[in-house]
Amino acid sequence: MDALFLARSQFAIVTIYHFFFVPLTLGLSLIVAIMETLYVRTGHDVYKDMTKFWGKLFIINFAMGVVTGIVQEFQFGMNWSEYSRFVGDIFGAPLAIEALMAFFLESTFLGIWIFGWEKVSKRVHLLAIWLVAIASNLSALWILIANSWMQQPVGYVINNGRAEMVDFAAVVFNPNIWTQFPHVISSGLTTAAFFVLGISAYHLLHPTKNKDAYSRSFQIAAIVGVLAVVGVVMTGHSQMQHIVESQPMKVAAAEALWNTEDPAGLSLFTIGDTKNREDVFAIRIPGMLSLLALDQIYGKVQGINDLQAQYEQEYGPGNYVPPVFITYWSFRAMVGAGFAMLFAIAYALLLVMGEQLEDKPRFLRVFLWLIPLPYIANTAGWILTEFGRFPWIVYGLMKIADGVSITVPAWSVGLTLVGYTLIYAALMVADIYLLVKFARRGVESETTDEPTKEPAIALVGD
Amino acid sequence: MDLNTLWFILIAVLYIGFFVLEGFDFGVGILLPFLGKDDKRRRMMINTIGPHWDGNEVWLLTAGGATFAAFPEWYATMFSAFYLALFLLLLALIVRGVAFEFRSKDHHPRWRSLWDWCIFIGSLVPPLLLGVAFANMIRGMLIDADMNYVGGFWNLLNPYALVIGLMSVSFCVLHGAVFLENKTAGDLRAASHKTAWRAYPVTVVLAIVAIIGTYLSTDILLQLDINPGMVPLAGIVALLLAGYFIRKEKTGWAFTMTGLTILVTVATAFLILYPNVMVSSIDPAYNLTIYNASSSDYTLKVITVVALLFVPIVLLYQGWSFWVFRGRISEDSALEY
Repeated sequence: MDALFLARSQFAIVTIYHFFFVPLTLGLSLIVAIMETLYVRTGHDVYKDMTKFWGKLFIINFAMGVVTGIVQEFQFGMNWSEYSRFVGDIFGAPLAIEALMAFFLESTFLGIWIFGWEKVSKRVHLLAIWLVAIASNLSALWILIANSWMQQPVGYVINNGRAEMVDFAAVVFNPNIWTQFPHVISSGLTTAAFFVLGISAYHLLHPTKNKDAYSRSFQIAAIVGVLAVVGVVMTGHSQMQHIVESQPMKVAAAEALWNTEDPAGLSLFTIGDTKNREDVFAIRIPGMLSLLALDQIYGKVQGINDLQAQYEQEYGPGNYVPPVFITYWSFRAMVGAGFAMLFAIAYALLLVMGEQLEDKPRFLRVFLWLIPLPYIANTAGWILTEFGRFPWIVYGLMKIADGVSITVPAWSVGLTLVGYTLIYAALMVADIYLLVKFARRGVESETTDEPTKEPAIALVGD
Repeated sequence: MDLNTLWFILIAVLYIGFFVLEGFDFGVGILLPFLGKDDKRRRMMINTIGPHWDGNEVWLLTAGGATFAAFPEWYATMFSAFYLALFLLLLALIVRGVAFEFRSKDHHPRWRSLWDWCIFIGSLVPPLLLGVAFANMIRGMLIDADMNYVGGFWNLLNPYALVIGLMSVSFCVLHGAVFLENKTAGDLRAASHKTAWRAYPVTVVLAIVAIIGTYLSTDILLQLDINPGMVPLAGIVALLLAGYFIRKEKTGWAFTMTGLTILVTVATAFLILYPNVMVSSIDPAYNLTIYNASSSDYTLKVITVVALLFVPIVLLYQGWSFWVFRGRISEDSALEY
């Protein structure tokens, strides 16, 4: 295995792992902030109990996002130093700004929030969680500005063999960011909404003294969730329309559209022969892809073979086709999970509006099992975004193979790949153990103040 | 002053902020098995740094980000050169950060002891490795004409670098012990005082060896002759005063002085480096400097505006957070961690 393959595998593993925690941080920070706002405005203790309960789960998840985020910032220089030299003039700025604007704010005010219940006033404490929520989402903005530049380079010139920034505003207002950022933010809220729905449903189905807290949590999550899922679908749709123009190959690969079609059909299910680039078996809805991508029933959507020929002319010989199997199925996993969530959240809202939460235990039970759905969609979405850019590390400017560190030997990359994987796996076990433990223990009401029983799971054996 | 120099100074300031702030929470982590005789005490120790360690660590992240933005060639060369060292640093910071959040969330003694080990190792390894890394940067490394490091991992572990690494650890221990003495009450405070007083002579000896090593291993002699200049002298004075104040149990002043010692030490490293950012031991012509490693003027201008706007705000709210949590932690304090 060469260093390039190992470096790519490492990027995939540490990034997917990092983004396993980030969306919940993004969304749950906002939901906890909403709950604490209700507490400060109404003075009802139930909202304080809710804030503390969901806040504890938030913190456990947050810690994992923070520590895995450090790897993200360092690995560009470690594994991708040639890439870093090429893009540093542009790519470094959003990273530095992210740290300066968001990381300081987030970490300092989370400290205030966790330790400050008795040290600062109610309002300042509320301000702290809002600043944490804003800072988390602000950090997402800056890192996505950086990623958007890799997807669609703007505001630069090539000078002395590297990309140099000539227009900061163009980099910040990259057309790609307008669809990508709202999509990521709404998927964060979706993740948090399903997290809260699932755990609340679990408790509503079991005898509890805090029924009120869980049904209010369910209510808040259902309302936030509806807005979020509708947002995800809409922004996802406009992102697709944008990518048809900016990276047509990504769309062609996601659809396994071998040849240019007019009108183009939407694939429902394709078993393809990726070597010969042809369908073995396919069900397509005629004209549907044209309609979705171009807002018209007739319209040309470019296919893989034609784009490959076009890129060979433009950029020279080489393979410009992303791994179709991966992009096609990750796209389906994402969209499939998205629509499943759309139906589920609509149903949750109906339950809330009809005030019949507890009358439908069978349906309520389902929500616990829906918690993984947004995680599947988030992961699949990034796999599509990053694999779909193949062979480019910066679209049209630099190929992945040219970005890897040239002096780092393959065994070093392999060793660290194994190291990260093992430690991440161990931490995942610990993290899920704690999340399950505190999710089960549930809301601890300050007024009753009864000692709670430890759940009978032991991770570290006696 | 040009923007290249300004960003060199700003990155120095970020590293100074990191070592002065995270230095004491590294120290507390290293002292955990030694001063934390029982679970209650360990929790008290961890809670002294609870609200701060994450914010302190962001100084390192920002230093990394600022290096990437202002001097991409420096970032690329440095991070690929210190590959395995940075990997170990990352693992240390990962388990340490998680350990703070996780350890007290379960009562099982083995769960807690597992995370306590993570805190100890996670606090010991970073100052050691960063000391080694900085020593190599000022001493010179095998950097070729293409700005690539062509040496191996073992080249980095030369005696001079190890001395600086150990000095860095002992600075953190001293700084952490004084912090604990200043931040706790009762038995823990008395024990911290004893530890600080014991750590002090070790730190002084390591500092002397480090100063001699720096004269022998770098070209500082050519630059400055025997006179080290005002800045390093201030560091020596601060270290001596730290001893005096520890003795007199003036903990606030002692903490100020250990902080000042670290500040000046890091500043000295950057003064030795300037105007280089990475020194080549193959040929001085291969040195990375603040000019050949930098971003374009336009980019430097953009990030300068951002930094001038946000650095003062960051300093204000981080300072405020230290003020909010200014009290001492005693046996009766409510403990979050």
